[in-house]
Amino acid sequence: MSKLEEIWMTVSVGVLVIFMVIVGYQTYALGMGPPSHKETIDPQKVEQTAPFDNPGLIDLGDNKYELVMTLEAFAFNPGNVEVPVGAEVEFTMTSKDVSHGVQIPGTNVNAMVLPGHIQKITHTFDEPGEYLILCNEYCGTGHQAMFTTITVK
Amino acid sequence: MEQAKNIGIRENVISNLGVNPQDAKISLTYFTISFATLLIGGLLGLIQGLERAGLYSLPAGFNYYQVLSAHGLLLLVVFTATFTIGYQLANLSHSFNGLLPKVRKMIWIGIVLKVIGVVLAVTMIVLGEASVLYTFYPPLAAHPIFYIGLVLLVLGIWSVAFGVFINYRHWRKENPGKPTPILAFFAMGVFVLWFFASLGVTIEVFMIIPWVLGWVETINVMVTRTLFWWFGHTLVNIWYLVATSAWYIIVPKIVGGKHFNEKLIRLVVILLVVLNIPGGFHHQIIDPAISISIKFLHVFMSLSIAVPSLMTAFAMFYVLEKAGRKKGGKGLFGWFKKLPWGDVRFLAPMIAMIAFIPGGAGGIVNTSNQMNQVIHNTMWVVGHFHVTVGVSVVLTFFGICYWLIPHLSKRQLTPKMNKIGVIQTWIWTIGMTIMAGSMHLAGLVGDPRRTSDTTYAGHETALSWLPYEYVFATGATLLLIGVIIQVYAVFNMMFFAPKGKTEYPVSEPEDDQPKVPMWTERWGLWAIVLLAVVAMAYVIPIVDMIVNAPPGSPPIKTW
Repeated sequence: MSKLEEIWMTVSVGVLVIFMVIVGYQTYALGMGPPSHKETIDPQKVEQTAPFDNPGLIDLGDNKYELVMTLEAFAFNPGNVEVPVGAEVEFTMTSKDVSHGVQIPGTNVNAMVLPGHIQKITHTFDEPGEYLILCNEYCGTGHQAMFTTITVK
Repeated sequence: MEQAKNIGIRENVISNLGVNPQDAKISLTYFTISFATLLIGGLLGLIQGLERAGLYSLPAGFNYYQVLSAHGLLLLVVFTATFTIGYQLANLSHSFNGLLPKVRKMIWIGIVLKVIGVVLAVTMIVLGEASVLYTFYPPLAAHPIFYIGLVLLVLGIWSVAFGVFINYRHWRKENPGKPTPILAFFAMGVFVLWFFASLGVTIEVFMIIPWVLGWVETINVMVTRTLFWWFGHTLVNIWYLVATSAWYIIVPKIVGGKHFNEKLIRLVVILLVVLNIPGGFHHQIIDPAISISIKFLHVFMSLSIAVPSLMTAFAMFYVLEKAGRKKGGKGLFGWFKKLPWGDVRFLAPMIAMIAFIPGGAGGIVNTSNQMNQVIHNTMWVVGHFHVTVGVSVVLTFFGICYWLIPHLSKRQLTPKMNKIGVIQTWIWTIGMTIMAGSMHLAGLVGDPRRTSDTTYAGHETALSWLPYEYVFATGATLLLIGVIIQVYAVFNMMFFAPKGKTEYPVSEPEDDQPKVPMWTERWGLWAIVLLAVVAMAYVIPIVDMIVNAPPGSPPIKTW
């Protein structure tokens, strides 16, 4: 009995260790860590603070873009952006009021956007199409109406 | 089916202890509140399921988020908490041969505080002043009375918790050198964890109240989120610890077996208590302002909870197999068929335990960095906690009702009521499988949680979620039927079932077991270990959030 128990515990702990090794390898070696940007901003002065005083798509050349976006109840600004196929887009976002979440279904873009904090996440759009960008953190009565699109062509 | 016939006529095996009548009154009061809440909360759940699928529109003046706020608060905070207290106090009364009179007084005070707190908080939600959901993340700012209600609710729980601690100390003093009965040990674990878990949210609410009253202008959003999850995730693990007390100690008796080595059981309780609180961090894996290294540390801290859970899986299969073989089960799986599947007192917790296998696996997905990023804030998460809380915990609670309530009300579990219980258990299982299963799938294709009915202007991605949403609504309908049957069963057993005696099924340890190690009773030490683990997890990130804080946020009402 106690032998079986020992085997079970060894296997259990072993599986968890292997699991941690894989997550660690993805995070540190492959650079797949979750969005964790640490810059801050005054949430009441977003419109006066660069780069959010002028939100929009910035062409960095080489089919790379930075999309500076503000989120507020219940809108993304700018909305309905267009990028070419294969574009690598770095989303730079902050909130002007409450907590929001940005999610693009069908991609790994999923990040919390909180007032006072600047969040960044990068995605390469390899497939053409009209992608839905939606808010996935409850932000008020109009939460279900907070969405926009990014068109890749 | 043979078991079903035997239930209720087993007077000869009644434990000589049983629950003191005055304590039975306390537990029955808690169960009355608990199941009245379940009925309201369950109805609100169906309304949401139908609204989300676009099959029903709420009457003017009410909105989805109000209903969701009430559903979350009533079921996750009120139903489960009141059931837990009723059940744990019965266990204590049974183990200690009655509670102390002054402890009883503290518990009644606790009930009054909690009821006032809940009424205040729910009234604010109904009035549309607190559509802030279960998480009430600042800078969403509800009416001050909502938070005052939460404070009273926590004070009510503390009043019970301190009562339990006093009673425990008293028993230890009266019985020097004796280990506490195992169910009382579980109860200590539950209330110690509950007390330390609620510290986080208490600090948070005391940051919020002066802010919503306008005494301070702004609040630190990250700190409040972190303090919330210190409590918010630990809470569901408290229900899980409560459920395991029935799995380890009650189920073996019902299947005609004995409980597992008590040293391991106590070790599992201690591990669940000391390791649990940092688990809350995995709710913040995709937050800004927490470094990747801290998040990696928390993947580890969250996963560590899997160790005691895997120990539980081992112990339970061991106990069940042994009992099944004793009844003549042969071969690799013959013992499985010998288990009393027709006895609701076994069937419900057994399905609950089985559900913990996919539930736990889903939890591992949620705690890991990259997979969390795929499913964060999608319907997957809602599916996950309807499997873990909605089945593993709630079905265990339902199973407990069928022996505990008749025991407390001095009535019998009739074969007919047992049959109703078995049917209820299957309706619940099918309903949850359909609903939570489709929620998991919808989440994987991106359907966001906590969102009222929308197709995002007919976007094809959003339209592809609709079939899953119809399935949620179907599952939710079955679940409401399940709720109604369960509430009927509970009140029938409380007031109308035939008078009689019902056994309090507490299993005995196996023969030849080593002495229970007394070091397991050192709760002061476990509290220190718990605080050390919490400090490891929280000091660095919280200091960072305070030192590098942005200017704070003013209160905002967006509903």
